[in-house]
Amino acid sequence: MNQMTSVEKTVSTEANKITAEGVQVYYGDTHAIKDVNVQIEDKTVTAFIGPSGCGKSTFLRCLNRMNDTIDICRVEGQILLDGENIYDRKVDPVQLRAKVGMVFQKPNPFPKSIYDNVAYGPRIHGLARNKAELDEIVEKALRRGAIWNEVKDRLHAPGTGLSGGQQQRLCIARAVATEPEVLLMDEPCSALDPIATAQVEELIDELRQNYSVVIVTHSMQQAARVSQKTAFFHLGNLVEFGETGQIFTNPTDPRTESYITGRIG
Amino acid sequence: MTDLTQNPASTPGQVPPRHGSLLTQGARTKRRNAAEKRFQLYGMIAIGIGLLMLVILVTTIVSRGLGAYQQTFVTLNVELLESKLDKNGNRDLDEIKKVSTFGYAPLVKTALADAVAGYGIDTSVPAKDMDDLLSKGAVAQLRDYVIENPDQIGQTVSFEFLASSRVDGYLKGRVSRESIANDKSISAEQLDLVDDLIEQGAIRKQFNLSFITGADASDQRPEAAGMGVSMVGSLFMMLVVLVLSLPIGVAASIYLEEFARKSWLTDVIEVNISNLAAVPSIVFGILGLAVFINYMHLPMSAPLVGGLVLTLMTLPTIIISTRASLKAVPPSIRDAALGVGASKMQAVFHHVLPLAAPGILTGTIIGLAQALGETAPLLLIGMVGFIASNAPDSIASGLLAPNSAMPAQIYEWAKRADPAFYERAWGGIIILLVFLVTMNTVAVILRRRFERRW
Repeated sequence: MNQMTSVEKTVSTEANKITAEGVQVYYGDTHAIKDVNVQIEDKTVTAFIGPSGCGKSTFLRCLNRMNDTIDICRVEGQILLDGENIYDRKVDPVQLRAKVGMVFQKPNPFPKSIYDNVAYGPRIHGLARNKAELDEIVEKALRRGAIWNEVKDRLHAPGTGLSGGQQQRLCIARAVATEPEVLLMDEPCSALDPIATAQVEELIDELRQNYSVVIVTHSMQQAARVSQKTAFFHLGNLVEFGETGQIFTNPTDPRTESYITGRIG
Repeated sequence: MTDLTQNPASTPGQVPPRHGSLLTQGARTKRRNAAEKRFQLYGMIAIGIGLLMLVILVTTIVSRGLGAYQQTFVTLNVELLESKLDKNGNRDLDEIKKVSTFGYAPLVKTALADAVAGYGIDTSVPAKDMDDLLSKGAVAQLRDYVIENPDQIGQTVSFEFLASSRVDGYLKGRVSRESIANDKSISAEQLDLVDDLIEQGAIRKQFNLSFITGADASDQRPEAAGMGVSMVGSLFMMLVVLVLSLPIGVAASIYLEEFARKSWLTDVIEVNISNLAAVPSIVFGILGLAVFINYMHLPMSAPLVGGLVLTLMTLPTIIISTRASLKAVPPSIRDAALGVGASKMQAVFHHVLPLAAPGILTGTIIGLAQALGETAPLLLIGMVGFIASNAPDSIASGLLAPNSAMPAQIYEWAKRADPAFYERAWGGIIILLVFLVTMNTVAVILRRRFERRW
């Protein structure tokens, strides 16, 4: 909404949450991600931008090993979460995904009630000892998802009956219900109208208080609005990574400049 | 977009619109529309032919089969003579049982002759030939009654005996005086007697429950044959099929669809499952004969073996339909579950499987319906045959006792010589079709009720 706020955001000096070193991703014979090094800081919003097919979603899905579900996908290099390599053989991707939540491009609530959507994660991870605790977790998550006031009277209505923007906020609530440390968002607003987009963006800014957020977006304005750090991907390469303000006002790489000014992509 | 045909109507001076008027159809459009109309007509003709066939099928089955649900009965008062049935008069059941059906035959003959005389019917049929009107089972029916109620000996009891199949056929129009010219089982005089007894109300047709509940009968007594025992046999087989093929089929499909990495091996398996669905059922029959009976020494003619063979046949159907319904669940649901940290198995069992369940159920029911109507494999494992035991016995003896199945019973009747069995075959087909239509209707209802749209 207001482009100026992004520039003045201070970047916290805390340690890196995620460090990617020499990450290579192959889809069969296709080399989709080429030697990416990036540091994602805690309690910041990092945006991945770039033209379609540049690998930003692929890289995002590496961060919680969602690519494991694709048979032909192969990842090399290492990605450290709090200093632990998530591609270590001892790491169980299920535990990793509880720490690194994900919100998808298309709102995908389970065809169950709103309550059950949010309660599913805490249930399978055993976060609540009884019904009252679970109720509390669900309410907290829905409040964080900025949707509590809209759904508090119909928690047992199906989640699929909500509007697109509400569904996406429900998915965000579902993702934060398991108390993740990192939240990955894959173009969370691409299926939403401008008003719903504004709500979700506002929400992302609030989520920054507690989580490290990584967002993939097609919209450069959105990246500028919500993020403190921006990474520009092009043809599988990480071309430039830095402060959002600097990337958008004074990019060092000519490819970044062409993309931002609309000459490529 | 570009129409390259020249417009012959173009004249210099006035500029015609490049594509002609919208109010008149061009030659191409006319041809295109005509082709569309023609195609619709073909479609309607095809549907009409299909419907006509269906109507012919249903009316034929119903008109030929309904007769089996009516049976001719003869009402007689039989005096249960103590002198014949229990000479010592001490009502000892073992002694009563010693009297064979030969001992009862004279009682029935006398009762019939007395009845004819009592109605004042003048007939040229000698008394000893009168019992041709009755089923050969009438004597056994009488004996069973006496053994069950020994205290009735000495009384006169009213019985409803099955009429013989010729008499039954005469009442149903299957047998006429012309058709019995060379028939040793019945004569024209006997038919005259039947006419007289009908007039007196002693012979009449009524609803025949024992066709639905009873057992098969020997070649000489088509009037006593029923579907009941083979229905029980079919039920046992369907239980075996359901218990085996549903879990195996669903587990195999879930593994192939959700867990297995795609490789040449899964490709081979996939192709072969599709091929298995097209294998003629008689192949499964001979496989069952070789493996289950000859190698594993399971009993012949047992519903367990039939169920195993039909399980082999049904598995591909269930696997294919289960995989299709698993595929139809959008991947975003799996992503969502994995995204909140569910394991792959949790994602499948908590989210994917419930959404696929209506499709799986439908596939299973249709697979079962297919198995229910299958005859060929049963021929090879000996499930066609004469099962004399009555319904309660066969239920008690369960999966390992010889039994028949509905389609096999129908086949068995259809190949017997007596035309009375032919009518029963059609009647059996009605029962079979009622089962199949019911199962398919349940499948449709389940699909409608639980189908979820995205």
